[in-house]
Amino acid sequence: MLNYLVRRFFYAIPVLLGVNIITFLLFFAVNTPDDMARAHLGQKHVTQAAVDNWKSIHGYDLPMFYNADKTGMESLTQSLFVQKSLSLLTFDFGISDSGRNIGYDIRHRMMPSLAIAVPVLLVGLLINISFALLIVFFRNTYIEFGGVVFCIVLMSISSLFYIISGQYVIAKVLKWVPISGYHSGFEAIKFLILPVIIGVISGIGMGTRWYRTLFLEEYHKDYVRTARAKGLSEQVVLFRHILKNAMIPILTGVVVIIPSLFLGSLLLESFFGIPGLGSYTIDAISRQDFAIVRSMVFLGTVLYIIGLIFTDISYTLVDPRVRLE
Amino acid sequence: MSAVLSCQQLSVSLSLNQQRYEVIHQLDLCLQKGKTFAIVGESGCGKSMTALALNQLLPEVGAYYRESIVEFDGHNLLELSEVEMQSIRGKRIAMIFQEPMTALNPVLTIGQQLTETLKKHKNDKGSTLKAAALDLLQAVGIPEPKQRFNEYPHQLSGGMKQRVVIAIAIALRPDVLIADEPTTALDVTIQAQILELLQQLQQDTGMAILLISHDLGVVSQMADDVAVMYAGQFVETGSVENIIQSPKHPYTQQLLAAVPSLDLQHQALSMISGNVPSLTEAKAPCPFAPRCQSAWQTCYDNRPMLKVIEPQHQVACHLYSKQARTQQPMTNDEPLRSPTSTKKNEVALRVQDLYCHFPIKKGLLQHTIATVKAVDGVSLTLYKGKTLALVGESGCGKTSLGKTISLLQQPTAGDIYLDEEVVFSLKHTHDLSLLRQQLQMIFQDPFSSLNPRMMVAQLLSEGLTARGLYKNKDERNAFLIELLDMVGLPQDILQRYPHEFSGGQRQRLSVARALAVNPKIIICDEPTSALDLSVQAKILNLLKALQAKHDLAYLFITHDISVVSYMADEIAVMYLGRIVEQGTVTEILNTPKHPYTIALLKAVPIIGKQQTKVLALHGEQPSPVNQPKGCHFASRCAKAMPQCREQYPQQSQLSDSHKVHCFLYSTH
Repeated sequence: MLNYLVRRFFYAIPVLLGVNIITFLLFFAVNTPDDMARAHLGQKHVTQAAVDNWKSIHGYDLPMFYNADKTGMESLTQSLFVQKSLSLLTFDFGISDSGRNIGYDIRHRMMPSLAIAVPVLLVGLLINISFALLIVFFRNTYIEFGGVVFCIVLMSISSLFYIISGQYVIAKVLKWVPISGYHSGFEAIKFLILPVIIGVISGIGMGTRWYRTLFLEEYHKDYVRTARAKGLSEQVVLFRHILKNAMIPILTGVVVIIPSLFLGSLLLESFFGIPGLGSYTIDAISRQDFAIVRSMVFLGTVLYIIGLIFTDISYTLVDPRVRLE
Repeated sequence: MSAVLSCQQLSVSLSLNQQRYEVIHQLDLCLQKGKTFAIVGESGCGKSMTALALNQLLPEVGAYYRESIVEFDGHNLLELSEVEMQSIRGKRIAMIFQEPMTALNPVLTIGQQLTETLKKHKNDKGSTLKAAALDLLQAVGIPEPKQRFNEYPHQLSGGMKQRVVIAIAIALRPDVLIADEPTTALDVTIQAQILELLQQLQQDTGMAILLISHDLGVVSQMADDVAVMYAGQFVETGSVENIIQSPKHPYTQQLLAAVPSLDLQHQALSMISGNVPSLTEAKAPCPFAPRCQSAWQTCYDNRPMLKVIEPQHQVACHLYSKQARTQQPMTNDEPLRSPTSTKKNEVALRVQDLYCHFPIKKGLLQHTIATVKAVDGVSLTLYKGKTLALVGESGCGKTSLGKTISLLQQPTAGDIYLDEEVVFSLKHTHDLSLLRQQLQMIFQDPFSSLNPRMMVAQLLSEGLTARGLYKNKDERNAFLIELLDMVGLPQDILQRYPHEFSGGQRQRLSVARALAVNPKIIICDEPTSALDLSVQAKILNLLKALQAKHDLAYLFITHDISVVSYMADEIAVMYLGRIVEQGTVTEILNTPKHPYTIALLKAVPIIGKQQTKVLALHGEQPSPVNQPKGCHFASRCAKAMPQCREQYPQQSQLSDSHKVHCFLYSTH
């Protein structure tokens, strides 16, 4: 097991390096520093001098990979690739195009993101699994039929509708909570409760239907027939035999996204004015602040790799057939 | 004699697409204390549905007819509520199922699954519970029960899993044990162990067994009474002697005649035309009439009822009714085929000292920690127009050998000669195209070995394209039609997909695919083990006819001794990657020499013969990793001597054709 994890850790290094190189090429070859400067300075009537000036202020006046003006190691390190991209590997995110320290921003925006994403995940999981179990327990009745129809209705509605109508009814008409905003400490709850509820509701349709499929798939397996032939009651068959088997795909599916919760939710944070990483990314994209976008892409990769390793570990915990070697 | 469980007029329907279809029609059966009642029949006849119906475990789409009665302990089980049934299931009526691999919950330990039953019905707790469970594991012959108690199903072999399933079933000493194909998924040697265990448990507890099987050998060995089931009804019932020795219903007669054996080698097997009707098909009043050679108009007008024709023998057939017209007794008027070619032995393929080892790698640096010796020094010769059968338990390397010879798997060492020309040796690289054309394979599972996204024409012509044959489109089409003719399929199916065909038809397609490139050698890897008896007979007849016509050499890989005895000219017995004995079919079947061959043959249940109760072979085949020094069979061999554990015996030549690796026969 430990052996396996060490190996996975070493495998992650070339993957990260590869992602780093590919994102660098995508960002700098497609969109050269000159283009970035022009985008920031405005499209028309920009002199080359102004472009060069912007580049030198923001550190984009270096050559891409090899600096012929320098000697020794400096000819390699004094390049855009090392300064702007490779440095991400040490979690040195640098300064954003608007002049802020990206690392500082990320650290401060993580907590609000988690404050929404974690409750949405946990409450959603609980509700979706219970709802799916209910539908499966009452299969071949009108409860199942109604439940499935309800799920499809929930699924068919865009989450934008839930957000906007929620804000209108709960916050504007009923005035139970503020429409948007954020506050540190316990005060945050009144700002968080509405986005969390809306996040959970918009996930119910998809999640319940998916879990129901998993449960039904288990229902037709031979071991369920054996369990019934033992004289066990339907409840025992469902909760002891089926749930335990179906939890394998459910848990591993959840574990892989846990690290990515740090990145926050793009939609919810933007609409409710939560200063998390999701709204940070959206704002950076709309401002064409590529330094931030690059940092977030890299951070996403790292978190996803961690998520995959967690998934492998969680398999060994829930499935006795899996042993990591 | 006292009846424990009986059912009268048991009829069950399934609803599919808003339609109700009758799957079981008016069954009457009676299970006696301490006796075994067997139901035989082909798949799709409603055998398993009967087992489930007795226990109120029908699938959700199933429903009982109103007149159905299942009488147990003075109650009609069908009138009991689900909760009342739960106190009977597992306690008074227990079940074991066909597939031990999937019958146990993979994420619960053996102990948890076993104690669950005890907890539910006996309210045992803590240490008494565990002690009772360990006793049960002991009783079904599981070694080291304490350790097994905490293991998960995947850590046990198939035979051991089935023992666990049996332990769960007998946990509360049920009055009735329903065994649905309990040994079908197991090797013959393991099957013999499980059947003996069931018989012994029956003697100890006096439970009644309802045995469901398609294997007439198993039935004739185990059963006291037999019912032959066809399309949801019993067509013939009676004592096992009456049914096996003097079958009366045409279906029973033909089913028995379809069993391949050595005596039948030089004639075609009896074939039942057509297929078992599917659930949704409209059935004639006598459902067997469309396939019956003796059917006449009455069979299509009136349903035959079960009638007593002699003590302990009932049959549902108009042939035995009073009004029956004078009817010729059933004869097998299939033209007998001439014996297989008597030509001189011409070598088609020769394999010399073939090895195929797989390294097991581990750790950060992937160093080899062990080797799986799948094929370990095998030499074989295939002759034109002859069949060499390769037999052995699963995991002995039969399939690996087939794959290695066809070079689908790279040999570790050894030479392969085709017509005395080397086509493979490690020292040289050879052009594989000759081998690829001359050697083809037919695989076990016709359901997964044909690409479901390809039409028949594509499936058959793939090999032609690869070999660059029949490039002209019209010529190719004409050839494909000829191929279909050859394997007995209609000509208009070229534009159809595999799922539109039955198992037997698909296996015919596989044969046609193999024949397409005009090979000289065909490796048949368990070609009939997924098929019913009557379908198997058709495929075997086809293979024999094609062999005689095209002078084909077959390497026939199978675990089924009756198929071997019918098909083979020569037999090679394989154990853990090595061939332990080889000889002509009569030599091996009549005078087997190697203790393994003797044990293997003894384990096969033979129709109409009570088996010697002595268990021939203990334990299971060890893993092919890290084989023991010396003879690898020594650990299971009753006659093992000290030298068997020291070195591997040299080959002893008993006759021109009969060779054996065993110190008992070594001359040195």
